[in-house]
Amino acid sequence: MNIHEFQAKALFREYGIPVPEGEVARTVDGLVRIAKDLGGDRWVLKAQVHAGGRGKAGGVQVADSLAQVEQIAGTLLGSQLVTGQSGPNGQPVDQLLVEMPTDIDRELYLGLLVDRAQQRVVIVASAAGGMDIEDVARQHPEKLYTLYIDPVVGLQAYQCRQVIFALGLAAHARAMTGIMQSLYRLFMEKDISLVEINPLVVNQEGLMAIDAKINFDENALYRHKHKASLRDIRQEDEKEAQAHAHGLSYVSLDGDIACMVNGAGLAMATMDMIKHFGAEPANFLDVGGGTTAEKVAEAFKIILSDGKVKAILVNIFGGIVRCDLIAEGLIKAVKEVSVSIPIVVRLEGTNVEQGQKRLAESDLSIISAVDLDDAARKVVAAARGE
Amino acid sequence: MAVLIDKNTRVICQGFTGKQGSFHSQQAIDYGTQLVGGVTPGKGGQTHLDRPVFNTVKDAVDETDANATMIYVPAAFAADAILEAADAGIEVIVCITEGIPILDMLKVKAALKNIFWKNTTSQNTSPKLVGPNCPGVITPGQCKIGIMPGAIHRPGRIGIVSRSGTLTYEAVLQTTQNQLGQSTCIGIGGDPIHGLDFIDCLSMFEGDPETEGIIMVGEIGGREEEDAAEYISDHVSKPVVAYIAGQTAPVGKRMGHAGAIITGGKGTASGKMAALREAGVTLSESPALLGQYMQQSMQQKETA
Repeated sequence: MNIHEFQAKALFREYGIPVPEGEVARTVDGLVRIAKDLGGDRWVLKAQVHAGGRGKAGGVQVADSLAQVEQIAGTLLGSQLVTGQSGPNGQPVDQLLVEMPTDIDRELYLGLLVDRAQQRVVIVASAAGGMDIEDVARQHPEKLYTLYIDPVVGLQAYQCRQVIFALGLAAHARAMTGIMQSLYRLFMEKDISLVEINPLVVNQEGLMAIDAKINFDENALYRHKHKASLRDIRQEDEKEAQAHAHGLSYVSLDGDIACMVNGAGLAMATMDMIKHFGAEPANFLDVGGGTTAEKVAEAFKIILSDGKVKAILVNIFGGIVRCDLIAEGLIKAVKEVSVSIPIVVRLEGTNVEQGQKRLAESDLSIISAVDLDDAARKVVAAARGE
Repeated sequence: MAVLIDKNTRVICQGFTGKQGSFHSQQAIDYGTQLVGGVTPGKGGQTHLDRPVFNTVKDAVDETDANATMIYVPAAFAADAILEAADAGIEVIVCITEGIPILDMLKVKAALKNIFWKNTTSQNTSPKLVGPNCPGVITPGQCKIGIMPGAIHRPGRIGIVSRSGTLTYEAVLQTTQNQLGQSTCIGIGGDPIHGLDFIDCLSMFEGDPETEGIIMVGEIGGREEEDAAEYISDHVSKPVVAYIAGQTAPVGKRMGHAGAIITGGKGTASGKMAALREAGVTLSESPALLGQYMQQSMQQKETA
């Protein structure tokens, strides 16, 4: 789960990581008032969206007067910000963060994430801050400094020293050690999956986190109930958010053949097969184990809310999920939401005979398929009106 | 004798009296698994599905000599359940539970490295963790530990290892239909940090006289398939057929499984397929053709 920069910075403050003074607001008046209260004669306005690449896209602007604060706020608020990472429709700008400007001598990068191969939390640091770190990793891997943390003993002082000397930060050793230790503590205590400071600025006064990005581990949200209030549904794909609320795993794609599958691997394979037979999948959708008729109906509604969908492929291999249950859900959902496009169904596994029997006995026009190849071929043909 | 589990494996269930635990324990019993009891803290001394219920895994092991467990407890308690099983000396720990926080698994894996004991021949033995977020392990006709539909399996010659549950069933059904059958099927799970990996399973299958061919099913994310490719070219003599899911998956999006995500251009299906092809593995472009390719590979091996 992603959160906004201002929310991440609030957590930084709580953990003693230095961030610029500033505040967030949703209205032009509110933003002007914040600038006035902060004082000074220059302010940075930052669009709060869940997408990287804001700077290049015009989502971060400097104002030299209160009139300019008003003008920038008026333009940005209510707009859709399209960045290199946002997708073509962009992300809605509902809130801006106003901050005091920071002097910049050097820009560093500092991030923590879980390295799945090493099965360790890893710290990534670089003197090449302020840039897309994935570009740095690709073009100049030697500019990245990585170190792995033993979960038993945690981050050690010698590891901080390694980073400090590698980045030429001897003059700020104490501050940098503090930031690294705090960031690690924050990571472990809040079940974070990714935290980034990019850039971490060095100037006469010391170190300052100019930007802040935090991703929480979705699986750990149950032990941080308050985090639910940090979720900004407006920044998420509407259908993905709706699916999430119903315990379904859904990803929007660009094609016109929808699929509803049980199991993440089989769902990906179903998308691949649609592509293999010359069409494009409209989505990834895993209805999961232990599904219910209600969940299947909900999945159908989400699929059908995508106007470009021309045909639907339902591919269920019953393990935990019983085929008769799926059939029941299908029949209920197709009746509930009037479906006018072709549906190809492939059922296999537990209680397959009962499932097929129920579908056949219903008055629905469903094209049935014997295996995944057959199903993909039939749904592609159906979408083309063949 | 297949790998990991067989007809002599003595299995308990953690989360025995819960809905999932009860349902799948009954399925395992019906399949012929030696399910010798179960654990639900606070319900020790009761009887469930005609088997004894224990308060702790240690009690269960003391009373029943169990050497394998299947875990169906909720995600919040799963890390604890795995460590309890390891501490009690259980050799094969199969964790079905989905949605365990990644930092829990990171700590569990670190702790498991420090748990080992001497086996009957005085060699160090460590508990083997399968999963989490997996369908489990089955040695057809002998022992079923997990949520897979037992009826589609058939005792035979192919070892199957997979990161995906339902894609495992595809491979199983096809190898049942073409009479090859399966020696053992292992679902290693869809989480980024998990127990046995492809290499562990390939190594067991290579050493198992009853396994004659291997099907491996991978997916986007991480680099276990690439590591497996390297291992295969150096250490595996048996024919391997593979399928990689997620060729059409977009970059940076998590595809259902916590571990199925392409990050920073790494972990793509095409990269994994290229590495495996390079290692001499037969790549199946469709999961529906895995059985057919395996059969062809076996015939080539026999005529060679």
